[in-house]
This record gives sequence, structure tokens and C-alpha cells, in this order.
Amino acid sequence: MDLALIPNGVQRCSIKTFFSWSILWLAIIAWGVVSAFFCLYKGLNQTNMNQYFVFGLWIVFDLSLIALGAGAFFTGFLTHIIGEIFIYPYRDNLKAVVNAAVVIGFICYSSAIAMLGVDIGQPLRGWFIFWHANVHSMLTEVSFCITVYLGVLTIEYLPIILSNRKLGEVPELNLFGNNLHHIVALFAAAGTFLSFFHQGSLGGLYGVLFGRPFAYREGILIWPWTFFLFIHSAIAAGPSFILLCIWVTEKVTRKKLVNKGAYLTLAKISGWLLAFYLVFKIMDTVGWAYGVVQRAGLSFMDFYEGPFSIWLLIAEIGIFGIIPAVILIIPRLRNMNALLILGALMNVIGIVINRFAFTIQTLSIPVLPFEDFLSYFPTWQEWGIGIGAIGYGVLLFSLSYRYLPIFPMEPELSPVKIFGAPVKDFGVVKGG
Amino acid sequence: MKKDNNNRGARYGMVIDLDKCTGCGTCVAACASENNVPVMYDESDKTRSINWLQIYKIINGKEFPNIEVAYIPRPCMQCDNPPCVPVCPATATKRDPNTGIISQIYTRCIGCRYCMAACPYHVRSFNWFDPPFPKGTERSLTTEVSPRMRGVVEKCSFCHHRLMSAKQRAYAEGRRELREDEYIPACAEACPVNAITFGDLNNPKHKVSQLIKSKNAFRLLERLGTEPKVYYLSSKGWVRRMADNYLQGEFEGRN
Amino acid sequence: MVPFVFEWEWEIGRLIFMGLLYMVLGAISLGMLYAFVKTWLDLRGKQ
Repeated sequence: MDLALIPNGVQRCSIKTFFSWSILWLAIIAWGVVSAFFCLYKGLNQTNMNQYFVFGLWIVFDLSLIALGAGAFFTGFLTHIIGEIFIYPYRDNLKAVVNAAVVIGFICYSSAIAMLGVDIGQPLRGWFIFWHANVHSMLTEVSFCITVYLGVLTIEYLPIILSNRKLGEVPELNLFGNNLHHIVALFAAAGTFLSFFHQGSLGGLYGVLFGRPFAYREGILIWPWTFFLFIHSAIAAGPSFILLCIWVTEKVTRKKLVNKGAYLTLAKISGWLLAFYLVFKIMDTVGWAYGVVQRAGLSFMDFYEGPFSIWLLIAEIGIFGIIPAVILIIPRLRNMNALLILGALMNVIGIVINRFAFTIQTLSIPVLPFEDFLSYFPTWQEWGIGIGAIGYGVLLFSLSYRYLPIFPMEPELSPVKIFGAPVKDFGVVKGG
Repeated sequence: MKKDNNNRGARYGMVIDLDKCTGCGTCVAACASENNVPVMYDESDKTRSINWLQIYKIINGKEFPNIEVAYIPRPCMQCDNPPCVPVCPATATKRDPNTGIISQIYTRCIGCRYCMAACPYHVRSFNWFDPPFPKGTERSLTTEVSPRMRGVVEKCSFCHHRLMSAKQRAYAEGRRELREDEYIPACAEACPVNAITFGDLNNPKHKVSQLIKSKNAFRLLERLGTEPKVYYLSSKGWVRRMADNYLQGEFEGRN
Repeated sequence: MVPFVFEWEWEIGRLIFMGLLYMVLGAISLGMLYAFVKTWLDLRGKQ
């Protein structure tokens, strides 16, 4: 039925199968929409946040999504900027994944901003951050940069959408898409600049809280060390997340979409960045434990007396930090498919734990000596919005995969075959 | 985090004598009444309550007959180096250099709650619900204090509206200086044992500036560098020790 | 946000922040403008 919309030289399942696939994600999105309606109509009392736990599941999701969406800007930076200056063998591998990275980035940032819109107490006043901007606040910096960066991602997404078979037949749109693509380096540069600052400022959000010794860090000039650590962890986790999304897509569609070289390149980038990040993170943790913590009159283990034991830190740096770094650095281990995927997954989990620790753990720890540790668990409305965002992501990625040529290597790796012979120009084989 | 310390203007502060405080809660009731602090339909979840002034109860951890109790009323500390002011993304909160009071613009606050995450004293409260004012209760509202809407942060303002009224009255009488007793927040006025003293810390004639020099004077979480302007007095060492975090032997070494 | 609005101050923090922001917004806008103009010129050339 939608033959004409399917890219050249690739095979897609029937529209009925696709619809059945979509129904599940539409149901999840519906749950998200209902949750959002309740939170906007009745107020934030629909959540389990309170005067002590002022940030909850949504902020953890936001930070995680933005960290994982960093793959978009980083692969764009490596492909369009570094790749133009230094010709190196990895550029072709990266070009195979850069379109998918843009779509994943768009999904991550649009969900994060939508979630933030529900999270603030007065969503209609959200524009005050821009109009009455306090330039000294890290949150202002974050808001500006993620909003403008979503614009950049939209601009980078446009040529991909316009390369749809049917849309590409319109000469005006085709030309426009091509012209946009010629200057993609400009947008990649703008995206890199913006991403550097907002990934960092998300770390700065916690690092500047000098009233919360668990989160506070010293730093350089106005930037606490968490500024740099968050950028570093985001660019370490981003490529792993892209790798995982592509792998899941390959498993669901049962097709080869990228060559092994692309996987290995993403894994190598992730692995080395993660390894260096862990060195800096451990240095920062030790420095903080002997510096900020002791000056506040606390000891390191004071923070791990409550609902969060030291195992959370061990999980973050050790289990989901050192182990995936080792897997992804060593070529022999990286070459094994199962370990590659495991390493990428553990990398992503480690970064999510880091974002969780800074948000939830910071708030659960009392600063006044006579206050208690607290715990928090989200309501169904909070889960609904978080998981609804994931549903939106899967659906949008599915639509992009079905109708847009986001994997340039696919026609070569998974050619359409009729009676065993590859065919170049068919959209779909019936019954498939 | 730049210090907005302006010693030319006033620095309004408070000294609360914990030896006198009985934890009766009159100050809390007076504050809530004066500042139109709303009450939810269901107040059983105290973690969602709005308390501009909150009273903490602390005990010395010993067994009877050596057990001792103290009560710590905690308004907004009105810090001279506030952790909440630089973090607000919409500039809805500012430190007034002429009075030292941290203001909150309710109509500008977008409810992001970042200031609440920043404040170590938990003085800020968020309106998780639309504050209910059932028919008839509007007659008990203080006309000079705006009630807040759902989704914004509010906190103690040292009854700033009383400062405005006092200044207007003084100006009408042809003077610019306020007498010490002309501007007093509701909590200080209501306290039945006069445990709360209020005044200008920069003015050497005001009682507060003399009281803070006492060796029993201390502030909460002084080590964080927030420079709170609410001081406490206690002759009991264990109470002073509970005001901040100390490593083993540190408190004894400092005192 | 902009100099002619209430509460604007000519202080260094604001100059750096807004300066960089407007530079990036300007670069992106110029890029989009280039794409539109080039497309329009190409189409006119084809005619």
C-alpha cells in the first residue's frame, strides 16, 4: 500500500505488520499522553515528588536521554568536522550510522523537552527562562542550548526526510535537501558547540550546589568538575547507545543494516572515552571526598548510610564502568558480538546510574544534621510519561527506518532478492 | 556565587534564643496567618505541606534522666551568600542589597524547583496543589500579601510587607529611618516568650547586632559558606553541635 | 534577553552569554537563509 514511500533497493514488511507493531507503541504513547494530561490538569501532586524530593523520575530520564543523545552531535562532529580535516579509515564507518544518529538525537531531545514542559509547575511560563534569563544559572544555559540544539537537529533531520522517495520527486524539495546537506558542516559545528555547553551545564547544575556537599564540586573558573565529567560521560555513552539502537533494529527487522566495521568503530570510540572518563571520575571522587566533603564536616561514608549503599558507587564506576571499558578497549573482546553488545549496554547503564545518583541521591541525603534520609518512588503518571517517551522514540525511529534511507549501507548489505537474484529498484516484496 | 554583601544598606536578621523556645508553635501559626500560607484539603502528608517557618525538635540522644530536648524554629535564613539566588533560571528570586532580604516573584516563578534543590535548609516550599481558599476564608487573608498559585515556590520573606508599611508610615511622618520596633515580622511579634529578636545586623544600636556577638551564638550549616542571617543562641553545647556537621573531635577542638 | 527590555544590565556575564548565543543563532539562521536562497536561485536558473 505504501510501496511508493519506501526507499529504493530495500525491503520492508507489509503495512499490516507494521501497523501491528505500531499499535503497541501507540498504546504506550497513549498512556504517556493520559499521564501528561493528569499532571497538567490536576498539578504536580499527581507525582510522588515532595518538598524534599523536588526532582524525580522525569529529571533522571531527561538527563539520561540527553546524555545518550550525545551520540548525535559527536558522530556528526567526527564525521563532518574531524572527517573533513583528517581523512581516516573510520569516516566511512561513521557515515553509515550518522543519519540514524541524527534521528536518535532528535528523538532524545524532543522527548526531554516535552518531559520538561510537564515537569515545571507553570508550563505556560516556560518562556520566562528565555525572556527573563538569569545568565548565571546553569539551568538557563541548559534550556537555551537544548532548545537551540533541537532546532539544529530538526535542520539536520530535514534532508533525511526530504530524501524520502516520494518527497524527493518534488524538485524544489530535492534541491533544498541537497543544499542543506552541502552545509551540514556548519550545523554540525553549531551542534557541537551547543552540545558541549549543555552537556556540561547539566553537570554544572549539580556541581554548583554549594549547599549540597554530595553534589558540590570545585572546578575551574565558573565551571565545576562535573561540567567536564558530564560532557565526557555523554560522549562515551552516546556512541554505545547508537550501537545498541542499530543492533536492536537489525534484530527486529532481521536485516543487516551496517557492516561490522561501523559497530567496531562506535565501540572503540565509546570504550576509550569511557576509560579516560573513569580515570577522571575516580580522581574527582577522591579529590571531592578529601576536599569538599571533609570541609563540610562530613565523611565519605556518611552519604552511603541511607537507602543508597556504597554498592551504587561500585556499580557506577566498577561494574558498569571498568568492565565495559575493558570489553570495549580490547580488540579481541570487542570483536565478539555478544561481548560487544554487552559492553555497550553496560556502558549505557553506567551513565544512567551516574545521572540517577546525582539527581535522586543528592536529594535523599540530608544536610542538616537533625534531618533524615528520605526515599522516593514514582507514581504511574510519572512512569507513564517516561515510558511514553520511549514509546514515541521507538515509533518515530520505526517510521524513519521504514520510509527514509537512514542506513546507506542497507541496499548493499541486505539487497532485495527475487528468485535469488538481487534487485535494485523494488520497494517491497509482497507477503514479507 | 558572587557575594552581594552591601554593608551600606541594612541587613535584617534574626536571633532566636533556643533556651527560651518551648516549641509551642505560635510563631508558625502567626506566620501562616500573616502570610496567607495555604492549607491543603488533606494535610496528612507533611512532606507536601507548606511551612514558611518550621520547628525542628532535637534531642541529645541520652537516656532518662539525662535526656534533653530543644526546639529550633527555622525561617528562611535570608543568606548573604544565597545558594538559591544564582540558580534560578528566570530571575524570580533576588537578594535586595538594601535590606538583605531574599525576594521571590511568584508571578515569574516557573516552578522548576531548582532553588529548592539548592537550599540546604529546605526553607522553600512548592505549591503541589492549587491552594484552596473555601468561601469565607478569604476574609481572613492579609490584604498586603498576595496568595500564591499552584506550581510556584514560596518562602519566608521576613514579612517584607510589614517593612513596606513601616517605611510608608515613617515617610508620612517625614523621616527615612525606621525605629527598631517599627518593623518586626509576625513570628517575632507573636512569640509568647520573646525568643525571637529581629533587627538590622548592620546597626550597632539594634539588639540583634549585640546578641550575635555572644559566645553562645551560632548559625546553621555555617561551614557551607551561605552566611545565613538567622542566628541562634543556646547555652547548651550539644545544641550548638547539632547546628552543623563535624568530623570526629572537630567540634570539641573548635570550642 | 535583549538590551531594550526591563532588567537588562550591561554586565560582562550577560554580554558573554548573550553574545555567544546570538552568534550561534546567527550562524544557524545564515545557514538556513543560504539554503533557501540557493534553492530559489537554482530553481530560477533551471527555468
